[in-house]
Amino acid sequence: MIGSRIRERRVISGLKQSELAKRAGISASYLNLIEHNRRRIGGKTLNRLADILGVAPVLLSEGAEATLIAALREAAARAETEGRAGAEADRVEELAGRFPGWARLLSDLARQRAELEGTVKALTDRLAHDPQLAASLHEVISTVTAIRSTASILADPRPLEPEWQTRFHRNINEDSQRLAEGAEALVRYLEQAPDARSEVMSPQDELHAFLEEHRFHFPVLEGAGGADRIAAVIAGADRLESQAARSLARTVLGQYVIDAERLPAEEMARAVAEHGPDPAAIAAATGVDMPTVFRRLATMPETEAGPVGLVVCDGSGTLMLRKPALGFTMPRSAAACALWPLYQLLTQPGAPVRLRLRQGEARVLALTVSEEVAPARFDRPALYRPHMLLLPDPGPEAAGPLREVGVNCQVCPLSDCEARREPSILGRGF
Amino acid sequence: MGKKVILIEDERNIIEAISFILSRDGWEVKTHSNGHDAMQAVRDRRPDLVILDVMLPGKSGFDILQEIRDDAELGATPVLMLTARGQQKDREMAERAGASRYMTKPFSNAEVLEAVRDLVGP
Repeated sequence: MIGSRIRERRVISGLKQSELAKRAGISASYLNLIEHNRRRIGGKTLNRLADILGVAPVLLSEGAEATLIAALREAAARAETEGRAGAEADRVEELAGRFPGWARLLSDLARQRAELEGTVKALTDRLAHDPQLAASLHEVISTVTAIRSTASILADPRPLEPEWQTRFHRNINEDSQRLAEGAEALVRYLEQAPDARSEVMSPQDELHAFLEEHRFHFPVLEGAGGADRIAAVIAGADRLESQAARSLARTVLGQYVIDAERLPAEEMARAVAEHGPDPAAIAAATGVDMPTVFRRLATMPETEAGPVGLVVCDGSGTLMLRKPALGFTMPRSAAACALWPLYQLLTQPGAPVRLRLRQGEARVLALTVSEEVAPARFDRPALYRPHMLLLPDPGPEAAGPLREVGVNCQVCPLSDCEARREPSILGRGF
Repeated sequence: MGKKVILIEDERNIIEAISFILSRDGWEVKTHSNGHDAMQAVRDRRPDLVILDVMLPGKSGFDILQEIRDDAELGATPVLMLTARGQQKDREMAERAGASRYMTKPFSNAEVLEAVRDLVGP
């Protein structure tokens, strides 16, 4: 608004309304109306006011580009929160108007900086959360440990029996070969890895970052009218940057609201207090279907239900929802281990499974059940979504023997596995 | 000295190197390379010290540690945990499970000797 901009300029210049009016040759009350955007001005009056205020008339009539101003304000505010105050935020429009080129450069630099910070963070996350990377680094470190230990024995000035010496030389030779292969595999993997940003920021990853931030629990969506509050939750979610991720979140939260209506928080809390996190008992007590009970258990606060993991896939085996727990790792993008009982439901949707699993150091109790999302028709079969709930391991007496499973083949150390579809990058045994 | 130590680790060449330096230091070393029956091996040997790798085939080092701590007769045996991951999470898990000491690979031979001497004393 032109009047507002005149007023802002005047205040910046430290002029009183009456003073400016007098110098521009108009009445103070007329200037007051102009400043409150109640009178349109143009031509000579505008030029005179611009001249007195020391700005280009076009800056008063059009203002500086609003997005540029907003970007500069944001940059200044951000600098201030980081303890670098001092940017004259109240004169940002003046800066943008007088030095548009510099202002744009400044805003571009601030934006690029934020992007670079995002990339650095993404790369850091990747090191911490990429099971593939962690596993192949583990292999390399193990080999390095053997080499270091053996080499320092060989370097020791104390005499060594020839038999031992030969053996250690052979070991170090073997290990250095393994190290070379491991390092090569690591480099290959890192080179193949897609652009870090797009990998970390896939819509699925954005969705899961958002869900994890909330620990999969949304108290605001519980209770009557939850559906009406989904939009606000999504609008306030910084993690959901792409349109695709917001759309995924809408679907997941929509299901959350439906589940919360079927099995309200109070009823769920009562059932868990009485039966523990036992989905079969809760389903029997509440009369609610098993997949809903699975999802409600997995989205309860850990303080109420204990650690509960959940993974949901569709008919193609693609993981749609992943809530890791109890040390059980789930791959971020690629397909998981074919031995997961989750996949048994693809061939036998009506046959739920209760089974203890061991995955590396993690041991869990897995319960699976399939949800029919669309009934069968003559032109296509019914569509199912297998669910697998992960609960703390109750031990062999309560739940029978363990099944050994992996994360996915690339990081799996199990040898002689009939379910293997590609070699492990861990080197050992391949 | 002649104190008994059992080394439970699955990397063959780490086993050879560590048993060599411990033997040379006067320890009576037994080794075991899988998780399944590691507990039985500990029961049979009655060692003065257990050196235990976290990532073992068959059973996690944390589980074995738990079993040792839960055992009335072996519960007080010092346990030195070895891992290739220096993450805080792992360290906390080891402490919670009752590890006497925690060592991150790649360690040096001198560090291992120092740790085992500290844990068992002269």
